[in-house]
Amino acid sequence: AMKHVVKILSLLVAVSAFWIVLLQAAIVPQSHTWLLPIYFVVSLGCYGLLMVGIGIMQFPTCPQEAVLLNHDIAEAKDFLSTNGIDIGTY
Amino acid sequence: MAEEKERKGEKKYKYSVIVPTYNERLNIALIVYLIFKHLRDVDFEIIVVDDGSPDGTQEIVKQLQDLYGEDRILLRARAKKLGLGTAYIHGLKHATGDFVVIMDADLSHHPKYLPSFIKKQLETNASIVTGTRYVKGGGVHGWNLMRKLTSRGANVLAQTLLWPGVSDLTGSFRLYKKSVLEDVISSCVSKGYVFQMEMIVRATRKGYHIEEVPITFVDRVFGTSKLGGSEIVEYLKGLVYLLLTT
Repeated sequence: AMKHVVKILSLLVAVSAFWIVLLQAAIVPQSHTWLLPIYFVVSLGCYGLLMVGIGIMQFPTCPQEAVLLNHDIAEAKDFLSTNGIDIGTY
Repeated sequence: MAEEKERKGEKKYKYSVIVPTYNERLNIALIVYLIFKHLRDVDFEIIVVDDGSPDGTQEIVKQLQDLYGEDRILLRARAKKLGLGTAYIHGLKHATGDFVVIMDADLSHHPKYLPSFIKKQLETNASIVTGTRYVKGGGVHGWNLMRKLTSRGANVLAQTLLWPGVSDLTGSFRLYKKSVLEDVISSCVSKGYVFQMEMIVRATRKGYHIEEVPITFVDRVFGTSKLGGSEIVEYLKGLVYLLLTT
């Protein structure tokens, strides 16, 4: 099976080949084409930051679970002490 | 109809729940109670892998065995703290279930989700069902902004580099087909939470069918444990290792 890093490198090689072809063919002005890798890296960075920001804003929280857990703990301690298992103070 | 089939399925399969412990004298009794509460109609066993806890965890487990039965609670201890990966391997050796669940003993993983893991597996015939804290229906309580930031940043980085196929990479609340766990664990060498990441990434690479269920995670330990620079460095090293070797 192909290692993941090989897959990523192949992708990079393909994109680089495309970029070189674009440079040679000069369909787009070469001055623009030279900057494409920089645009790509910056876009990737911005996308990453955006994903982190959105992720934090939408971070699922569950404060009610702490309350429910305390109920469960109380119920468990009650059962355990009734059945002779002493877990002491908590 | 489907419900009846599901019940038949639950009765047919056996589930081994491996719980590694170290100084969980209080929590182990609570978690055992909750597992029995939420798996009432399920054939299961709990395998406690205790690493020589000095706080009397094993004594409590023995009392629990008297209460619930030695066939339901297995104590398979080790002499000292030997790490999580080997704890799972050790527990696996004694597991007689068709499926193996791994979960933490500190109540951050709530046994009430066990039925949803089982149901998901039966519905989809997945090889692995992993709990995710990061989707709707799941969640975390007890993390401050900084902790959420590092978690989110770490996750985005891992998703970009590894394409892991799951939303929660470092989670350790999972259900495996027993043969799948044996296969995956034999090829993993990392430690700590990178180990959990390595398990799920290797499973993805091997083409195993992985499903997710939302879980909530109540972190009562966070205040005491720090997420410092060394943890971040370890994480990045782990990412690079997984990038290059999986």
